[in-house]
This record gives sequence, structure tokens and C-alpha cells, in this order.
Amino acid sequence: MSNLKWRLALIGVLVLASVWALYPRNVKVRQRRADGTFFDTTSYRVPLRKGLDLQGGMHLALEVDDSKGVVANKAEAIDRALKVVRTRIEGLGVSETVIQKAGNDRILVDIPGIDDRERAIKIAQDQAFLEFQITDKTGAFEKALPRLDGIAREKGFGGQVASAAGATTPSASAPLGGLLTTGTDTAKGAATAKSDTTKKNSVQAEKADTATLGAGGPISKLILGGQMPGQFLFERANYDALKLFFESPAATAALPPGKVVRFGSDSTVIGNKTYRSLYLVDERPIITGEYLTDAKPNQSPIEGTIVEFTLNNEGGRRFQRETAKHVRDYMAIVLDKVVMGAPPVINSAIGTRGQITMGGKDLQAAQDLALVLKAGALPVPLRVAEVRNIGPSLGRDSINKALTAGAIAIVLVVVIMLGYYRFSGLLAVGALALYVLYTLAVLAGFDAVLTLPGLAGFVLSIGIAVDANVLIFERIREELDRGKTVRTAIDEGFRHAMSAIIDSNVSTILTAMVLYQFGTGPVKGFAVTLIAGIVASMFTSIFVVRTFFLLWLNRSRGAQTLSI
Amino acid sequence: MLRILHGTKYDFIKPWRIAIGVTVAFIALGMVFLGVHHGLNRSIEFTGGTLVQAEFAKKPDVGELRSTIDAAGFQGAEIQQFGSDTSYTIRAAGHATAGVGKVENTATQIQAALEQKYGKSNVHIARTEIVGPRVGDELSRNAIIAIVISLGVTLLYLAFRFEWRFGVAAVIATAHDLLSTLAFLAIMRLEVSLTVVAALLTVIGYSLNDTIIIFDRVRENLKKARPEPLYDVLNRSINETLPRSILTHVTVAAATLSLLLFAGEVIRPFSWIMLFGIVTGTFSSIYIAGPVLLWIERRWPRTQGKEGPRPGTSKSAPARPTSPRTPVGAR
Repeated sequence: MSNLKWRLALIGVLVLASVWALYPRNVKVRQRRADGTFFDTTSYRVPLRKGLDLQGGMHLALEVDDSKGVVANKAEAIDRALKVVRTRIEGLGVSETVIQKAGNDRILVDIPGIDDRERAIKIAQDQAFLEFQITDKTGAFEKALPRLDGIAREKGFGGQVASAAGATTPSASAPLGGLLTTGTDTAKGAATAKSDTTKKNSVQAEKADTATLGAGGPISKLILGGQMPGQFLFERANYDALKLFFESPAATAALPPGKVVRFGSDSTVIGNKTYRSLYLVDERPIITGEYLTDAKPNQSPIEGTIVEFTLNNEGGRRFQRETAKHVRDYMAIVLDKVVMGAPPVINSAIGTRGQITMGGKDLQAAQDLALVLKAGALPVPLRVAEVRNIGPSLGRDSINKALTAGAIAIVLVVVIMLGYYRFSGLLAVGALALYVLYTLAVLAGFDAVLTLPGLAGFVLSIGIAVDANVLIFERIREELDRGKTVRTAIDEGFRHAMSAIIDSNVSTILTAMVLYQFGTGPVKGFAVTLIAGIVASMFTSIFVVRTFFLLWLNRSRGAQTLSI
Repeated sequence: MLRILHGTKYDFIKPWRIAIGVTVAFIALGMVFLGVHHGLNRSIEFTGGTLVQAEFAKKPDVGELRSTIDAAGFQGAEIQQFGSDTSYTIRAAGHATAGVGKVENTATQIQAALEQKYGKSNVHIARTEIVGPRVGDELSRNAIIAIVISLGVTLLYLAFRFEWRFGVAAVIATAHDLLSTLAFLAIMRLEVSLTVVAALLTVIGYSLNDTIIIFDRVRENLKKARPEPLYDVLNRSINETLPRSILTHVTVAAATLSLLLFAGEVIRPFSWIMLFGIVTGTFSSIYIAGPVLLWIERRWPRTQGKEGPRPGTSKSAPARPTSPRTPVGAR
């Protein structure tokens, strides 16, 4: 009797614990406003985590990109990259993100709720290596042009470019004059904080002598002088060809020592043509982003969207020293080898604060840039190995369908059990209800993620969960056939069925554990659900049903028949 | 009480030659399908590439959809209806050599082409999956490792709990299920995704379950005093567990059917495999595990008498009788 009380108490405690684990509560979630910023809010819901395939979101796998050079210590690099990626993604402010390392060379990122694929990839993958490089003012590019033309001809590369650009070349010299006069408009304010008093006159004076390059070779034909020393313009259509050309080792070698070519981010419309720019800059940056302590997006009426940044004291001192040396030079702000905005002129030494103009980009782009700058540069380039993006509506649809299927499965199982085993079937159904409750509670307790295959596994496990009861009931029937009393038959039935139940369930758990170890994402979720389900089903079908039987035996003292 | 197939005395083992013939034929047919289709229909998780699932406001013309995708430069793309007739998946061929940046562009380009053709408000991209080539290889390897290890672990567990003969028979039966399910996959041309691998492992677990239930009964019957040939013990055990087998299979099949019919397209391959797994699992527990156990018994007989494998915690391996009278030594 007291044994029965203990049993009931244990079941009751577990029910209470389960209800508590599953009780709807306030969960802090972050949501996105229309402009791309985030705010915290609380929502009242059952604390079961839904996987990306159920709530929509994005799964990213990043791996070290060694296509552009061997990475010396991959394992260490990936650890540092993991920290950077984590800071960035967490800064995105989406709740329940998961960032983890997989194997030795891969970072997995799960971002629920995000539906802008490219944005998320950009945030995770941008190397965010910030450099400040002084543009060349020695006319070195012009001097190198004949050599570059030679290389282009040799490779048969230039002809191709020239023919692609053939229509534009003859007219190239014509808009040049126009180019000069519109120059002041296109040099829109990429000024550092203190250099906003850019003297445009001096800019114009300097660029006058760089203007005419047009004659001759396949490369020089395409390139026009820009509005400042070291800047050159070309038609947007030629961007890919030129980029390919300047990335080739031969072209890099032909450049003057200590100088590199960087392409600009902005394009300029002059007349009816769109131009992009390239810059010849000092290879050695005067400072890099490693000294950066803070970055925040802002909007200014004149310059549009900007990112303001702050350097630490050491960086500030260094920046001041270097900029003092380069007064009246132009400073290109280079992010991942791309010149952001138009390089501002340095009017006087600059201290710890500066800004990057984003041109026509919106505030969200500035927010993202600030985020990646603040998190620091990635120690190694990463490439995207895998992207999985699921829209929120598809997730909702999946949940609804899985719930429907689950409900129907439960009804069918209940009908079968009641139809076949009658009263005993009812006990099993009661235990099955507890099974569902316990399993969900275990999942909530372990903070497991419910995935669609997991839900399917759960529905399936409802069918499988009754197996133990079927085994026991069949055994009880056999014992009753042998003429045993009801009480003995029940005892013997449970006892004899035990070894089969344990052996079959343990082997399934072992399989599920292997699955968990070697599976990824949805499959892991499936394995967790399976294990939770088996443990709960063993408890309910053996312990709970036994208790129900004991309870019934006590109530109907001396029952001669059992409805089974 | 309601009883089905109670007290039956079917000779289940007798037609084992026919049964094995049927299953070998089925597996061979599957292999032929594999050969014809150049392997399994693997999802992009394994092959690498790009998959875009697009939901249209109204049913698109498939020819038009194809020409839109072709025009966007993806001639080899597979276009498939996915569930309802307004939902399609577009799978661009594996970019084994292209950089991943390029693969990422594929999704963007397909999306742009669709939005341009059908209007931004009439087409909605519900899902994209982009997988680089390396990930797939690793997944395949991991899946195979997972299956091999789980079989190994099972063998060890059963050798410990029953006896090595039972373990080997159960593992061979399970391997058979794996093969016949692969044949089923090949014949049905189901897409092999990670979820399908999960289903495959569930089938393994389920079939093993079934085999163990029967073997448990065999273990118990062997312990009984009256000596009886293993052939008869097997048959009796299968007959005794028959009501349980039927009832469990029916309830699991009911749950699986409701998944197949109501849980939507994503989970459908999973449900198909599970449904097939119930059939093959039941079949192999009787017609593979049984005959194999008999065969092992003939090859490496246990000594006569009641020294059957002992249940529970008994360390059956050292206790295994290796009598000098045994003609073919147990190595």
C-alpha cells in the first residue's frame, strides 16, 4: 500500500515538474523594426525551442577559405574567427542564435527569424579589414601604364577588353572636360571628422595634370584621370575585366614598388555614363582597424549615411602622427580592399575619431558595417560552405501539418488500443498521455530544439511507445490463459516482458546516440527527440501502467476478471 | 477479450527459400535501378548545389517556368512540383568546381529571374538551400560511419545480452533491411536527404526491436527443460509473439500513414521509408534473422541440453559451451 503511495507520488511529482517545465512564460525575444534596428520585447509562450525549419531562419556553415593562400594554423584561426563571428552575429540582436564550431575548420551559425539571406552572409563573412592608405601623388600609375598595356597585349587580354569597351573609347576624351567641371559634385563628402573643410580648389588644381591618359594601349584606353591624385575612372561596364586584370600577378608586379591598386565602392554618373574608380595607394596602411574601439551608424544631412568610429589612445596617437606627415594628401579608407567613398583630403593631423561615408547606402548597411568593424576583422577569410534559408510561413505551415498528423496518429492509436484491450487499453492510453507530457517536458528541460524530423520522430514514437504495453498485455493474457489469478498474471506479465522491453529499447537508444554523435542539425534534433521519447515511454509503459494496475487491484479487491 | 491470431501454429520458417529468393530479387531490382539512374537521387545536402523553393500566387505554367530558368542561365536545373501545384523546387546542378560565392549567386539569380517574370508580389521564395561540394562528401561519410558504428554497437550489445549467434543473426537481418530499403529508395526514386538518413536509422532501430522481441522469446523458450530443435523453438517463438507483432505494426503503421498523408511534403520521403521499414523489418525478423540463426547453429552448434544462452546479466560469452565433442570447433 505504501508502495503504491510512493508510486503515485512519484508520478504526481513528475507531472507537476513537467507542467512547470512547459508552463507558458514570458520569454525575452528581440524583434526587428522596419528600419532594421532591433528592440526587446517579451512574448508569452510555451518554452519549447523551435528549430529553423519550423520557425524560419537561416543556417550558415562557414569554412576557412584557403583558395587565396594557405592558412598556416587553421584550427587556431578558426577559433579566433569563431569569436569574431559570434560577436558580430550576437550584435545583430536576434535571440536564440547558435554559433558553434564543427570539426576543425567550420563554423556553424543559426539565426532564427532572419529572412535577408545576403545580409546575414555579408555580416558573417565580411572580413572587415580596415586600412587607411594614402593615395599616390607621384603619377606612378601613369608611368606604369605602358608596362601594363604591354602585359595586357601579351596576354591577349587587352584586346578583349578593348573590344568590349570599343564603343566607349572614341568618346572617352570628349567628356573629359565635363568630367573636370563636375568633379566637385562627385567628390561628395567623404571627409574625416576634422577634414570637412576640404579645400575643393586645391583638389581641382591638382587633378588637372592627371586628366589626360587616353591614348594608346588596351588598358590606358579605358582609364581616365580622376578628381584627385591617384584616382582614376573607368566605365562601369569594364569593371569585371579590369578587376581580373589588376588581380593577375603580372599586373601586380608591373606596378611601382610599394603601391597597390584598389577599386572604389561608389560609382559616379557623368553625362549619361556611369563610372567607377580605381586608386593607386601606398601599400603600407598608415593605420589599420585593429585600434578601433567603437563604431556607430549615423545619418548626416550632407554626407548621407555614415559610420563614426573611435580609435583607442594608442591608435589615436599613431593616427595623429601619420596624418601630420600627410597633410594635403588624400587618405583612402579601405575596407576589405575596397575604397569606401571618395578619399578625403587631410587638412591637419587627425586624432581618435573619424568617419566612413557610405554614399547612397541605407542606415541598415551602416548599422551592419559598424557591427563588423566593432567585432574586429576576421583573422582568416571565410567562405560559405552551406546556406539553408527557410521562410517563416513555410515553418508555420510545417508545424500545422505536423500537428494535424500527430493528432490523427494519436486518435488512431487510442482507437486501436481501446478497441483491442478495452479497460487495460484505457490504462495504456492514460500512460500515453503522460508519455506525451513527459517527453515534451524533457525536451523543454534540456532546451532541445524541435525540428520537423524531430516532430515526425515524435509522432512515430507515439506509435512505438505502445509497443511496450502491447508486449506486457500480451504476456498478461498468456499468463491468464495458463489459469493464473489476475494479480499473479499481472505480476508475471510485467516480469516476463521486461527483458524484451529493456533489450529492444536499449539497442534503439544506442542507435540514437550514434545518430546524435554523427548527425548534424535536423538529424541531431531527431536523435534527441528519439532518446527522450524512449526514456519517457519506458517509464510510462512499465512504471505508470503498473501503478495503474496496482491501483485498480486495490480498488476492486479480489477481482476475478480483467478486461484486457 | 478480442484476440487475433491467437495460439497459431504456422510453420513460418518453412518457406524461407522462397522468402529469401523474393528479397534477393527485390534487392537485385533495386541495384538495377541504381545502375540505370547512376546512383541514388541524392539531395543537394550531399551533391552540393542550390535549391530554391518558390511559392507562386497562382499555378504557373511549367514550360514557362522552365524557360524562365533556362533564360536565367541554368539549363540543367531540375524543376519539380513540391506538394501543391503552386509550389515548385528548382535545383541547380551541383557546382562542384565553382566557388561558393558563385553558388550563392545562383540562388540570387534564380530569385531575380522569377521575380522579374512573375512579379515580386506573385512569387515568394519560401526556402533556399546552398551547399558547397565539400560538405556533401563529409555528410555521406558521416552517414556511413553512423550506420556502421550503430550496427557494431548493436552487435556488441546483443552478444553481451544474448549470445554472439543472436547478435550476428540480428545484425545480418538489419543489414538486409538497410539493403532492401536502399533498393526501395532506388526504385521509388526518393530523394536521399539527411532526414532520409534519419529515417533509415529509425528503420534499423525498429527492425532490430522486432528481431529482439522474437529472440527474447527464443532465449526464454530455449531455457525450458524440454529439449527441442531450434527450428521448432523459432517457429513457436514467432507464433507466440505474433499477436504482439501484428498489434505493434498496426499502430506504428497508423502513425506513419498519418504522417505520410497529413504531415506535408517535406516529411514525405521519411514517411515512405518508415512505411517500407515496417514491412521489411517484420519480414527480416522472421525470414532473415531466423534462417541465419539456424544456419549459424548448424555451422557452430551449441552443445545439446539445456545450456541455452542465459538471460540478463549472465556473461554468456565465457559461459558459452565449447565442448570438445563439438565436431566443428567454435574457433
